[in-house]
Amino acid sequence: MKNVAVIDYGMCNLDSIARAIALCGGNPVVTDKYRDIKQADAIILPGVGAFPKAMENIKNKSLDKILYEQVIERNIPFLGICLGMQLLATKGWEISETEGLGWISGEVKRLEPRGFDSRIPHVGWNEVHLVRESPLFRNIPSGRDFYFVHSYHFCVMEVDVIVARTIYGDDFVSAVQKGLIFGVQFHPEKSLRFGFQLIKNFLDAQDYQ
Amino acid sequence: MPTKIRIIPILLYKDFGLVKGVQFDSWRRVGSAMQAIKVYNLREVDELIFLDITATIQRRHPDFEIVDELADECFVPFTVGGGISDIDDVRNLLAVGADKVVINTAFIENPDIVHKAAQKFGSQCVVVSIDARRKHNGLYEVYTHSGTVNTGIDPVSAAIKAEKLGAGEIIITSIDRDGTMMGYDIDLVRQVSEVVSIPVIASGGAGNYEHMAQVLAEGGVSAVAASSIFHFTHQTPLEAKHFLKTKGFNVRI
Repeated sequence: MKNVAVIDYGMCNLDSIARAIALCGGNPVVTDKYRDIKQADAIILPGVGAFPKAMENIKNKSLDKILYEQVIERNIPFLGICLGMQLLATKGWEISETEGLGWISGEVKRLEPRGFDSRIPHVGWNEVHLVRESPLFRNIPSGRDFYFVHSYHFCVMEVDVIVARTIYGDDFVSAVQKGLIFGVQFHPEKSLRFGFQLIKNFLDAQDYQ
Repeated sequence: MPTKIRIIPILLYKDFGLVKGVQFDSWRRVGSAMQAIKVYNLREVDELIFLDITATIQRRHPDFEIVDELADECFVPFTVGGGISDIDDVRNLLAVGADKVVINTAFIENPDIVHKAAQKFGSQCVVVSIDARRKHNGLYEVYTHSGTVNTGIDPVSAAIKAEKLGAGEIIITSIDRDGTMMGYDIDLVRQVSEVVSIPVIASGGAGNYEHMAQVLAEGGVSAVAASSIFHFTHQTPLEAKHFLKTKGFNVRI
């Protein structure tokens, strides 16, 4: 069984992510400890909350260095969910300009209200349209509904890492992959069948490399 | 294509079980919360709202143990309210598995809690709930404490304030229509949805799918909440969506 470190940096509902991992056959360990993260076969960075506070908490706990060592140097599979995906960016513009983890170049900006989609945050179920193949979406057809709740989105500069897009006002990037670094703007742990399939796919991602 | 609308069953919790009343009164028992959550999960509803309607009146904090147990069985978005009086209540509810919290009485009595919660945990998990009654002159007033205390505040200014403080969503409930199954109070709902740019959820009065179509078309809301219709009739959230789809609404099926 794969040990999955769910990074606890004081920001959110970690319980449902841990339960979803267990249901998908993984062994979740909710933690901010180096020794747990070092032993993990996969790492999930969840997150609701604001970008600056999240980065502050991550740096205060030296999680940026620990994650760099495990994900970038040791190539342990990584999945960022919602704010956890946005933190991959070079920088974010929520509340104030803040440096992100910088693993994927791009910036996190506020959604622009437009036409029918005039209300922010974007809350509810929306379609995730694949723009390229990714092991994360094995057995998940393009255009399926996932649950979103966010006001900001990741403007990705590296076009080849974009896996999926979703339309709200303009379209925005709803999934990325760079090697074994994955990120999704939606909440797979709250997206029923296809959400669980995505988590299973993530747990198996290393095997498809 | 417009955003997909959501249909959200509301579960009201009182004395260890679920209840449903008429105009926030005459509560009838309608079964166990755990059972309801399991059924709604199987039916893959868009979202669930769970409200402990006696916590504030009894000056209790939310019952975190019960929310924890229920959240463990809930794999759809789970929005929880009742009894939130400080930022620790918000943190603890999120910690035991709530995805969003609903703030009602505390928003009126101590509005700063909405601001603090939004700053700390993000607007997207802070839902302000406004319960209103219509006066004889056609104007509305906001009530707190499960509809028992009249604040004299008008729901439109309350909604504007909620958005300004950082709320990510508003639930607007008509106490007059609650449990009557006579249709949503479209005037009230529209007044609120017109003045804010965050999503608004209409609540109170759904008796059939046509009522949902009306409030979606005329009320400017992103979602409809309903309770009696699902407890006391054979109508279901999924059937509602099939109906709304035939009426041209964008739904997730």
